[in-house]
Amino acid sequence: MDLTYTEEEQDFRARLRAWLAKALPELPARPSPDDWPGRRAYDLGWQRRLYEAGYAGLHWPVDAGGRGATPTQHLIFLEETERAGAPYVGANFVGLLHAGPTVAAEGTAEQRARWLPPVLRGDEVWCQGFSEPDAGSDLASLRTRAVRDGDDYVISGSKIWTSHAEVADWCELLVRTDPGAPKHRGISWLAMPMDAPGVSVRPLRTLAGSAEFAQVFLDEVRVPVANRVGAENDGWRVTMVTLSFERGTAFVGEVVACRRTLGELARTAKANGRWDDPVLRRRLGRLYGEFGALWRLTQWNVSEAERSAGGVPGIGGSVFKLAYSHARQELYDAAAEVLGARSLSLEQEWTLDRLSSLSYTIAAGTSQIQRNIVAERILGLPKGR
Amino acid sequence: MDFQPTEDQDDLRAGVRDLLAGRYGREALRASVDTGTTVDRALWRELGAAGFFALRLPESEGGVGLGLPEAVLVFEEAGRALVPGPLVATHLAAGVVPGAAAGTAVVSAFDLGGPLVAHLGEADAVLGASGVPAGEPVRSVDPLTPLHRVAVSGDVSAYREEGALLTAALQLGSALRTVELAVRYAGEREQFGQPIGAFQAVKHLCARMLVRAEVARTAVYAAAVTGDAGEVAAAKLLADEAAVRGARDCLQVHGGMGFTWEADVHLHLKRAWVRAEQWRTAAQAEELLAQELLGAAEGAVPVG
Repeated sequence: MDLTYTEEEQDFRARLRAWLAKALPELPARPSPDDWPGRRAYDLGWQRRLYEAGYAGLHWPVDAGGRGATPTQHLIFLEETERAGAPYVGANFVGLLHAGPTVAAEGTAEQRARWLPPVLRGDEVWCQGFSEPDAGSDLASLRTRAVRDGDDYVISGSKIWTSHAEVADWCELLVRTDPGAPKHRGISWLAMPMDAPGVSVRPLRTLAGSAEFAQVFLDEVRVPVANRVGAENDGWRVTMVTLSFERGTAFVGEVVACRRTLGELARTAKANGRWDDPVLRRRLGRLYGEFGALWRLTQWNVSEAERSAGGVPGIGGSVFKLAYSHARQELYDAAAEVLGARSLSLEQEWTLDRLSSLSYTIAAGTSQIQRNIVAERILGLPKGR
Repeated sequence: MDFQPTEDQDDLRAGVRDLLAGRYGREALRASVDTGTTVDRALWRELGAAGFFALRLPESEGGVGLGLPEAVLVFEEAGRALVPGPLVATHLAAGVVPGAAAGTAVVSAFDLGGPLVAHLGEADAVLGASGVPAGEPVRSVDPLTPLHRVAVSGDVSAYREEGALLTAALQLGSALRTVELAVRYAGEREQFGQPIGAFQAVKHLCARMLVRAEVARTAVYAAAVTGDAGEVAAAKLLADEAAVRGARDCLQVHGGMGFTWEADVHLHLKRAWVRAEQWRTAAQAEELLAQELLGAAEGAVPVG
């Protein structure tokens, strides 16, 4: 058990920190949250800077155009960029963290050459076409159909909760290619161009008032068979690769951000007198302990992944997501207590964060589904009938 | 950064687990409940011979020369086996009280923050006091932790951090053990034609237990590596909660059986309650963490 960093890792951190100190002041002003074209340009501009500085696809394998960095270096990258207040991966999230690693792991040489470099350079944005209106957490019950017609699939159906759909170039799409097969078989993973005829996007408004995600309608959309990643009807297995990337790495930088927010909460409470309330003070102390432990859990999971050297993160990500998503909601409830009635103003950044934190126990597998995963796959409890 | 246990640390843990499984298994545990033997002097000496108490004493002083990370792994195993007796206080007394390192002396401590002292009747010494003070027996909630009320008080502040951390390690072992007990029972006990562990309500109880225990585990290990006071407080806070709530959830999974004397669950719960009062309570840990948070926030360079 060792929490010190090697000389090489310290050197990596120092060079990154120096680069961030130079790069960040040159960034343009952040666009408003609802300006999606502006957000796309801003996020991809940041990606381009990372690419030029040699930090793009840090955790991707070298033969996929990445840097082949160790999990610890990736952790340092996420920690330092967050600490410096650098932009979040944003619109490039699906490409960099889901679709890209999936294509890198499962795609052909041609597919990797076509799709991976534009993600790393910040030229193309991906979105995720997994969820469907009636499927909810039962992802395998999807009904979007793809029927083979010559060299194309002809696709009809609908996807929902699709983040960044309005500004995406590509969609990682799950379709049913064999309706007669058991529901986990008969699914295929396709890369669909978002400008294909028959694709229409209807933005959905979140409870925070913003348009974060959309419903996507597919009306006889033609996608070349060559865009299929993995074998026909083998899409469920490919999807599990995608989801393990999602659960393994999605929230690392945010833990650092939450610890910074806690510091701001303490300063604010001290300034407005709320710190003298022992109940609130103890609550903030507890959260400080919890987020410290969550940061250590991140380091634990990363060092475990590093030692196993499998590349794909393990299911320990479910334990982390469960603990983190609930702690994040507690954090912003505490923020509301620090602010009092001021928390009712939407001009408070913490109020918007409080609203958005409500999605954390739902998105990427609800807490209830995560508990089933923990109980069945880690603890070995029997599946229900 | 390699936060995982080393091979030597894994071996040490496995050795202690084997020793305790052979020497203090379930039958021994129940026998001590039945006979009221709360400190088994022979077991105490065997633990001493295995280096349990002298683990962190330098080799030049006859110890094993290991550190806090090794100690928490060993104490985690003792917590899992529910070994009774003042393990933490005797370990802290190694090199201070003659016989503690070898396990020939039993040492308790003024670690309950008030007039109560655990295991006073069996103690050869009490940390924080000169000699063994007189005390009136008090009926204890935990059948394996006898309590006495004493008139004097003692100062154990010099031992507080390490005492809190090692107690957290005991709580962690107990929490992980109650997850195992609950999962085993949920897989065996059938109702409505299937194991109760197939019911989502029961599954989710077990999953919550594991999440609390895993978060506590990294907190305890990290505190052992850094020795940081705030991390020790967080480790105690989270491990206390994992042990107490874990035992309660385990009891719930056991249903009516869990409310009987025969099930072991109540022994875990009662011991967890005792430990939660030792060295650093939840309220004290939260206040300490709050001060650390404010100190760090006020000292920090503004971000962005």
